[in-house]
Amino acid sequence: MTEKPVKRPRPEPVQVVKARRDAALGRLVSTIPYANFLGITFDRMGDELTAKLAFADHLIGNPFLPAIHGGVTGAFLELAAQTELAWAMIWARMESGGTAAAEIEAGVFPPMPRTIDFTVDYLRTGLPRDAYARARIIRMGRRYASVSVEAWQDERDRPFAAAAAHFSIPSED
Amino acid sequence: MSDTDPNAPAGKPADDAAIKKLAAIGQQFIGAIPHTRALGMEFLSINAGVASMRVPYDERLIGDPKTGVLHGGVITALLDSCSGAAVLSHPSGVTGTATIDLRIDYMRPARPGRAVTCRATCYRVTRSVAFVRGEAWDEDEGDLIATCAAAFTVDRRAGIVADAKKAMNEGGA
Repeated sequence: MTEKPVKRPRPEPVQVVKARRDAALGRLVSTIPYANFLGITFDRMGDELTAKLAFADHLIGNPFLPAIHGGVTGAFLELAAQTELAWAMIWARMESGGTAAAEIEAGVFPPMPRTIDFTVDYLRTGLPRDAYARARIIRMGRRYASVSVEAWQDERDRPFAAAAAHFSIPSED
Repeated sequence: MSDTDPNAPAGKPADDAAIKKLAAIGQQFIGAIPHTRALGMEFLSINAGVASMRVPYDERLIGDPKTGVLHGGVITALLDSCSGAAVLSHPSGVTGTATIDLRIDYMRPARPGRAVTCRATCYRVTRSVAFVRGEAWDEDEGDLIATCAAAFTVDRRAGIVADAKKAMNEGGA
């Protein structure tokens, strides 16, 4: 006697899943004018994001060294932390299926988390080249979230800035 | 004791001509920095440890397209620049500085369409660290958008700022 096969839905083709996730991420980031102004994009591996800051002359804060402006570094970390949080909320809906997922697909995103406070440590000079950042959600509650984020340039183990941020998550009504 | 008290009260009044001259130098200074120029930052005043700057509203700097509110990173860049200027203008003779850490608290979003003004006060300089407080508002100075607290490095070696200060003193205020 053969075993009765377990009924389970056939997994979606990988390119369909990828296209959906990349479209959602693209929509989240490309609609932020300030991210475009600074030249910030995001790479995705599964749910993990890496923020990329492409070096450009208008990011320089000290033309004599030269070095990236501290405000740019701060803004890069803040945007990386905020996007990580927004992405986590979008991801949860997208993967849950049902109406929440359909909304994301239709471009109806949850409101952007709002920064309550932001503390940045400047560890090294930001050199005139590309920078990367990864954020980690320390805790996400219903109303508040705590996120830490680190940025590096050539070597992952030599961060040039790190930050801790708190966000409030707006209610949707 | 030296003739300039390193902790003379910040904001000690100087004569009007000197203040105007300092502001002009400040404007030249931020005009030479690519990032502050890209943000359209304006110098309002600078004197004895207190600096004031402004960033005009610009659609390229929007953080949330649903609301049109400037991204927090813009406020970070503004407060960081202004705090650094406050340190350099402190009477204790700081000639170079870099941000060690910067904390920003956001009270409310900036109103779309409005310029953001800030003022930073360098209230204490030790041998190696300068401490700064700052605040930012859009219309009403009593209705703050954000406040900041920061620590900066202190460099007293000869350099570009020292040269500028010397040239200014020799030229007579």
